[in-house]
Amino acid sequence: MNFPFLTLITFIPLAAVVIVALIPGNREREIKWFSVVVSLIPLVLSVWVWVLFQPGGGMQFLEEAVWIPTLNAYYRMGVDGISIPLVFLTALLTTLSLFYSAYTIKVRVKEFFLLFLLLEMGMIGVFVALDLVLFYVFWEVGLVPMFLLIGIWGQPKDRPQYSAIKFFLFTLVGSVAMLLAFIAVYLTTGTWNMLEIPSLGPLAGAPGLAVAAFWAIFLAFAIKVPMWPVHTWLPDAHTAAPTAGSVILAGVLLKLGGYGMIRILLPFFPAQFKLFAPYIGVIALISMIYGALVSMAQWDLKRLIAYSSVSHMGYFTLGIVAAAASLDVSDPALTSRAIALNGAVLQMFNHGIITGGLFFLVGVIYERTHTRDLKAFGGLSVKLPIFYGVMLMTGLASLGLPGLAGFISEFLVFRGAFHIMPVYAIIGIIAIVLTAAYILWKVIQNVFLGEFSEEKWSAIFDPEHWHFSLDMDRFEVITMAPLLFFMLLVGIYPAPILNVINAASTALLSSL
Amino acid sequence: MEFFFNLVPLIPLLPLLAFAVIVLFTHRKNRLSSNIAIGGIALSTLISWGVVLATILGGEHVQVEGWQLPVPWLPTGTTVFSVGFAVDGFTAAMLFMVPFVCAMIFIYSQGYMNLGQPNQDPRYARFFAYISLFAAGMLGLVVADNLLLLFISWELMGLCSYLLIGFWSFRNRDTEQHIDEAQVKRARAAALKAFITTRIGDVLLFAGIALLYSYTGSLNFREIFRPETLEHLQEISLLGQPAVTVIALLAFGGAVGKSAQFPLHVWLPDAMEGPTPVSALIHAATMVAAGVYLVARTLPLFIAGFEVAHAPALQWVAVIGAITAFFGATIGLAQDDIKRVLAYSTISQLGYMMMGLGLGSLVAGIFHLLTHAFFKALLFLGSGSVIHGMEHGHHKVAHHSDHHAQDDFNANDMKVMGGLRHKMPRTFWPYMAGTLALVGIVPFAGFWSKDEILAEAFHLFQESGSLSLPFWVWLAGTLGAFITALYMGRQIALVFWGEPRHEAASHAHESPNSMTVPLMILAVFALIGGFANAPFLGSFLHHFMGEVHEASEVVHSAAVPFSLAVAGISTLAALLGLLSGWAIYRNYRAGQVEPFQRWLGPVFILLRNKYYVDELYHLVFIQPAVWLADQVFNFDNRWVVDPLVNLVGTIGRVASEITRVFDTVAVDSWMVEGTAKAFNGLGDALRHTQTGRVQNYLLVVSVTVLLLLGLYMAFL
Repeated sequence: MNFPFLTLITFIPLAAVVIVALIPGNREREIKWFSVVVSLIPLVLSVWVWVLFQPGGGMQFLEEAVWIPTLNAYYRMGVDGISIPLVFLTALLTTLSLFYSAYTIKVRVKEFFLLFLLLEMGMIGVFVALDLVLFYVFWEVGLVPMFLLIGIWGQPKDRPQYSAIKFFLFTLVGSVAMLLAFIAVYLTTGTWNMLEIPSLGPLAGAPGLAVAAFWAIFLAFAIKVPMWPVHTWLPDAHTAAPTAGSVILAGVLLKLGGYGMIRILLPFFPAQFKLFAPYIGVIALISMIYGALVSMAQWDLKRLIAYSSVSHMGYFTLGIVAAAASLDVSDPALTSRAIALNGAVLQMFNHGIITGGLFFLVGVIYERTHTRDLKAFGGLSVKLPIFYGVMLMTGLASLGLPGLAGFISEFLVFRGAFHIMPVYAIIGIIAIVLTAAYILWKVIQNVFLGEFSEEKWSAIFDPEHWHFSLDMDRFEVITMAPLLFFMLLVGIYPAPILNVINAASTALLSSL
Repeated sequence: MEFFFNLVPLIPLLPLLAFAVIVLFTHRKNRLSSNIAIGGIALSTLISWGVVLATILGGEHVQVEGWQLPVPWLPTGTTVFSVGFAVDGFTAAMLFMVPFVCAMIFIYSQGYMNLGQPNQDPRYARFFAYISLFAAGMLGLVVADNLLLLFISWELMGLCSYLLIGFWSFRNRDTEQHIDEAQVKRARAAALKAFITTRIGDVLLFAGIALLYSYTGSLNFREIFRPETLEHLQEISLLGQPAVTVIALLAFGGAVGKSAQFPLHVWLPDAMEGPTPVSALIHAATMVAAGVYLVARTLPLFIAGFEVAHAPALQWVAVIGAITAFFGATIGLAQDDIKRVLAYSTISQLGYMMMGLGLGSLVAGIFHLLTHAFFKALLFLGSGSVIHGMEHGHHKVAHHSDHHAQDDFNANDMKVMGGLRHKMPRTFWPYMAGTLALVGIVPFAGFWSKDEILAEAFHLFQESGSLSLPFWVWLAGTLGAFITALYMGRQIALVFWGEPRHEAASHAHESPNSMTVPLMILAVFALIGGFANAPFLGSFLHHFMGEVHEASEVVHSAAVPFSLAVAGISTLAALLGLLSGWAIYRNYRAGQVEPFQRWLGPVFILLRNKYYVDELYHLVFIQPAVWLADQVFNFDNRWVVDPLVNLVGTIGRVASEITRVFDTVAVDSWMVEGTAKAFNGLGDALRHTQTGRVQNYLLVVSVTVLLLLGLYMAFL
C-alpha cells in the first residue's frame, strides 16, 4: 500500500472539523487561523500528487478497502488527469475562501469555519471516489454545509432561507433520481466500482431502462452544472450566499455536476449519450446564449456573474456533447473528440478560477458599500485603481481574451465542436459576442468608467464597517493573486495542465 | 547578419516588457515610464531593422523560404500544437514600418501628453504602458508563424484599442478638469463600440481558425499553404461551398472588423475620442493594418481552387474594398472635425488596400499599407499638433478674458481654425507633404502605391475586355482619388489658409520639438517612401516580398507594367480635386453656409450624418439585443421559469398542507382516534357482561356449545 495521499487530502479537513469543534467559540482568532493553516495541507498534498502523477498512466494513487460488506460497497479512491486539476482547484479555492473569510466573517465564526471544512471534505471526496456508494455519500455530504452557509450567513434582504431551501431541494431531486439509477446499474453489474462498470455494459439488456437511468443521472448532474432550465436555484443561491460561499459554489460545486458527466454518465452510457447528444447540445446552446442574455439584462452585479456561470458552463456542456456525439466515428475524429473533451475539462478549471475570482471581486465592492446595484457606482477606477485593474483582467479572462485562461478552453471546445457539429458551433459563437457586451458594458462601464464624484461615493461607502484600506486591501490582493497567476499561466502556457488532462481524456475516449 | 534572426522574439517582447515594468513598478514616475516605453520600442526598431537588413542580404533564400522558430505549446489528443515566430520578405517589409512609426508616435506622445507641464495628463504613465502593449500586439502579429499567435496578438490590440480609445472615459469630477463630462461620455461609448464591433469580426475569424485547424490539423502558415493541404481544403464541402472559400470569407470577416471595412467601419471614426497619438497608432501602424495584413498573409486561401479573376472569396474582398474606398471618401467631404476627416480617409484608403489584395496582388495592397502608414501617421500627428496649438491659443485667450467656462469651443473643429500656416510653419510643411502623399501627387509616396492598385485593376480590365469587376474597381478607385483630393483640399484650406475664424486660432502657437521633429522625419518618408517600389527604380518591393506565397502554387506575382494612361488619369483627378477643394474653401468665412452644403443640399446632410449607418445599427441591432435580453430575463425570473419552479414548490407545500389536514382529520382523528374510541366504546359495552356470577358464565358457555353443535350438524 502506497502513501494514502487521497485519504489524507479528503479527511484532513474532517479532522480539522473535529478540532475546530473543540476550540471554544469565543477564540475566533485561533479558529480562523487554524482553519486557514490546516487547509494548506490538502493544498500542498494536491500539488504533490500533481507533481508525482504520471500523465498517460491511467488512474493513480489507488486505494481500496472493504467498507460495507453487506452492500458490497468498497472504499475506493483514485485520480487521473481529469480529477487532479479539480482536486487542486477545490483545495486552492477553499484555502483562499477561508483566508478571505478570516477577515470578513464576523458572526458565528466557529460554525462558519467548521462547515466550510466539512464542505471541502465532501467536494474533494466526490472527485476522488471510485465507488458509486462512496461517491453518493460525498455528494450528499457537501449539500448540507452549503445549505447552512447560505441560510445562516446570507444577507436578510436576499431571502437566504428561500434560496437555501431552493438550492437544497433542487439538488435533492437530482440526487434521488441518481441514486435509483445507481441501484439499477448495480443490479445488472453486481459492482459499485466506477472503473469496472463501463466494461460490464450496465443495463445492456434493458434498453428502455438504460435510457431512463441515463436521463435520471443526467438530471442530477444537469441541475448541478446547472443547465437551462433547471438553473434558477443558482442566481438565488449566489445572491444570498456570503462571498466565500459564492466562490465555492461557482468555483467547485458546479464542477461536481460536470465531473459526474465525464466520470459517470459518459462512460456508463456512451451509446445513450451519443444518441441524445443533439438534444443535449441544444440545451447547451440555450444555456450559453440565454445565460448571456440574462446577464446582459441584470443590474445586480452578483446575479450578473451568477448568470454568466450558466452561460460559461454551457461551453463545457457543448464540449462534452461534441465528444459524445462523435463516439465510434472513424479515427481522425478522435483528435477532435479529445480536443473537445480537453476543452470541456479545462473550461471547468478555468471557470473555477475566473468566476471564483469574480465573486471575490464582487465581495470587495460589496463589503465596502453594501450594494451590488450597478447604477449606484460609476468612475470607481479613479478611487480604486488596483481594484479596477484586477477586475478588468478577470473580466477579460471571462470574456475569453486570448492570452488569458478562458480563451484556451473556449478555443478547444469550439475547435472540437466545429469539426463534429458545425451548426451548433456557429450558433454558439454568438455567446462570445454577448459575453464581451455584458462584461465590458454592464460591469466595467457601470462600475469603473464615467464620472466619479465624492458625493455619489459617500452615499454608498460605509466607512464604519470597513476597517481596511480603501482600494483593494493587502488581504484581498493576496486572495486574488494566485487566481490571476493561473489565469495568465493557463492563458500563456497551458501545456502543464493540458498534458495531464489530455492523457486522461484520450484514455477515456479510446476506452469507449 | 543571421544573428539578428535569433532576436526576433524580442521584437514583440521588449514593448511587452516595457508595459509590465511600467504597470508594476514605475507607474508613479512619469518621465521614467515614458522613457522606458520609448526605450523598448527603440530597441525593437533597431532589432527589426537589423532583421530587415539580414533579410535583404539573405537573398531569395530568406525572403521566400523564411526563417522559423517553433515553440511546442499545447498538447492536443495525439499531436502537439506549436506556436512560434517566422520572418520572410513580407514580414520584413512590415518590420521596417511598424516599430519605426510606433517609435515616432511614442516620442511625439511625450510632448502631446504635456510631460513636465502643469497640464500634464494625470494618467501619463498609464498611457505609455498601454501604447507599449499596443505595439507589442502589432509586432507579435507580424512575426507570428501561425494563425493562433496572430489571433492572440490581434485580440491584444483589440483590448489596447479599448483601453486607449477609452483613455478619457473616466475622471474624478471634483479634481480633474482636463476633460469634461461630455467627453467622458463619448469616450466611454466609443471604446465599447470599438471593442464590440471588432469583436463581431473577431468571432468570425475565430470560427475560421477553428475550422481551418480542424480540417488541416495545423495553423502554421507554411503548413496550411502547402498545395496538397489547399487541395484537401477545396475537396471538403461546407455549406455547399469548398471549405477553403468559407474559411477565407470568415477570415475576411475578421479583417472587415479590424480594418474598418464596410459594414463594420462604424467604430473607427468614433475612435477619435482617444488622445491623438492613439489615433495615429490605430490608423497607421497597428490596428487597422492588422486586417489588411491578415488577408495578405492568408491570400492563398482566398484563391485556392480558382482562377485569380474568378475566385469568389477574392471577389468579395475586391467589392467590399471598392465600396469602402468610395463610400468612406464621400463621408470625408462633409465632416468638420479635423480628425474625423482623416478617419474617413483612413477607411477609404484601407478600402484601396483591400481592392489591391482583392485583385490578387499581394504587393499592391501591402505597398499601399506601408506608404499609407507613414503619411497617415504624419497627418494624424500633424492634426494633433494643430489641435494642441489651438488648445494653447484657447488657453491664452481664456486666461485673459476669463469666460471659457461658458463657451463651447471645440479645438478639433476646422471651422474655427484658419490661417494657421503662419502660426505653425513647422507643422504646416510636413502636413502638406502628408497631404500630397495621400492625394497621390508625383513623386510623393501615395502616388506610387495608389497607382499600382489602379494599374492592377486597369490591367485586369483590359485582359478580360469586358465591363467586369476590375473595371468597376478601377472606376471606384479613380473617383475615390478625386474625392480624396477634394476633401483634403477643403481641409488644408480651412485649417491653414484664410483668416483665423476664432480667437484661439489667432493666438495658436507652434508645438514643442518632441512633436514637430517626428513630423519632419515622417514627412521625409512621405516624400520618398514610394521609391521602394517605383517602377523606374526596378520595383524593389516586388522582388523582396512578391514571392512569399509562391510555395502555395496558387498566388502568382508579376508586377503589372507601369501605365502612363492610368497614372495620368488619376494624377489629373487628384490635382483637379485638390486645387478645387482648396480654391473653394480658401476664403471661407466664419458663419457662412459652406459651399458644398449650398450645392449638394440634402446629399450633404446625408454625408454629414454618415449615411445614417449608426442610427440604423442602433435601431436594428442594439435596441433589439437589449430588448431581447430584458425579455429573456423576464422570461426567466418573472414570467415562466422561476414562477414554474416556485409553482412546483407551492404545489408541494399545498400538497403537504392537504396531507397534513388529511392526516390530522382523517388519519389521526377518524382512523387512529376513531379506532381507539371504537374499542373504548366496545369495552364500555362489554363491561356489562362482566357480572362476576358463575351461573351467568355457565349459561353463556352452554348456549354457545349448543349453537356450535347445531351449526355443525346443519352444514355437514
